Amino acid sequence: MIAIIDYGMGNLRSIHNALAKVGGNPVIVSDSNALLDADADAVVIPGVGSFGDAMRNLTPFSDRLFDLVDSGTPLLGICIGMQVLFERSEESDAAGFGLLEGDVIRLPDGVKIPQMGWNELTIRSDTDLLAGINDGDFFYFVHSYYCVPEDERVIAATTDYGVDMAAVVEKDNIHAVQFHPEKSSKKGLKILKNFVEMVKC
Amino acid sequence: MLAKRIIPCLDCDLGVPHGRVVKGVQFKQIRYAGIPWELAEEYDRQGADELIFLDITASHERRETMAKVIEKTSENVFMPLTVGGGIRAIADARTAFNSGADKVSVNTAALKNPDLINDIAKYFGNQACVLAIDAKRRYGREPGREMVDTPDGECWFECSFYGGREFTGIDAIQWAIEAEERGAGDIMLTSMDRDGTKDGFDIELTKAVSDSVNIPVIASGGCGNPEHILEVLRDTNASAALAASIFHFGEYTVGEVKECLRKGGVHVRM
Repeated sequence: MIAIIDYGMGNLRSIHNALAKVGGNPVIVSDSNALLDADADAVVIPGVGSFGDAMRNLTPFSDRLFDLVDSGTPLLGICIGMQVLFERSEESDAAGFGLLEGDVIRLPDGVKIPQMGWNELTIRSDTDLLAGINDGDFFYFVHSYYCVPEDERVIAATTDYGVDMAAVVEKDNIHAVQFHPEKSSKKGLKILKNFVEMVKC
Repeated sequence: MLAKRIIPCLDCDLGVPHGRVVKGVQFKQIRYAGIPWELAEEYDRQGADELIFLDITASHERRETMAKVIEKTSENVFMPLTVGGGIRAIADARTAFNSGADKVSVNTAALKNPDLINDIAKYFGNQACVLAIDAKRRYGREPGREMVDTPDGECWFECSFYGGREFTGIDAIQWAIEAEERGAGDIMLTSMDRDGTKDGFDIELTKAVSDSVNIPVIASGGCGNPEHILEVLRDTNASAALAASIFHFGEYTVGEVKECLRKGGVHVRM
């Protein structure tokens, strides 16, 4: 089963429905003991709220999360759930998980903030997560900050909004997307299906 | 590059079991269009970028019915969903988000209590708060108003509430600017003069508001054909266009509208 971490900040119905729709077996877990008991095959950190609030609410899960990641369990971070995987963010003094090296910084001046709407991907690596996704496919973004990985090689796809930024990062069993696949119609479901299939393998 | 959004609007009459989508003309006469989640699925197939569900009955008793409509829709439709009509307090917004909505739109309640915008933005994020403005042209110069030149003469725009039944005396452009400062994430801007007429969007209104704020403006009211959407997205800074009846009654598909936009040089998700 796929554990969706509920850190108390809003609508998880969409990601739950979307994972169920593509053949996953999602369960919403609301505390770290539940995550421990859940025997998760995969973990999703969904995307709601701000960096500081997210880290404060996620901290109780951190030991268990690190264990799962160390043991090779696939992890998918979505939007703010991607950003918290990095070391720090300009949005908050709270430290991120640091599972990926790099910073989260504010979108540049001269563009409307937040970026809200459908934007295109430019694919850099044909990973399993991006099977069936093509250059120019659109995904739904809502964010004010973006991730700048120290190691450019983890960037699997980018999008252009005032700056060419990481839209998909992947390193070993860690996968993360800045957009909302659960809000990106067919192409978003395809990415979630790819993740579910990774879990089954 | 960010695409311009095409947003079908589902005006929901929740006074019948499961609700039904209807369409009014200039906020009055009503035609029946279909079952909300079935229309939503059809618009997803056609390539809609977002959907707005408006409770035109806007009463407390109907809130649970709307929650059911959104729950049912979000089982099969995976795009941003906005719920409006009758959102009066944080508790109403929470009911909508828990049922699967991503944004709520507020109009009357925000005009009566502007802090509601700040509260929704604080609890659920700026992106979750859409301010709906129903604006009507008022010709003739008045002090303290944002005057706009139109082919029919100089006018200002007055905000209406209670579904267009009452007027506030509030200047729509000034209200949009205040709403942005308070944390609204989108402005859904409806021209009362054009709504239901199919004569095209109010370009002067849309231009004036979208040039005055730095948040996305959704143009609404008056869409009769794809060229109207092309005109408003090409000639103003609107980020999105909303239409109802041209989609509900099968006159055009979302795909046909987008094809028209693409040919006209507007960047859209195909």
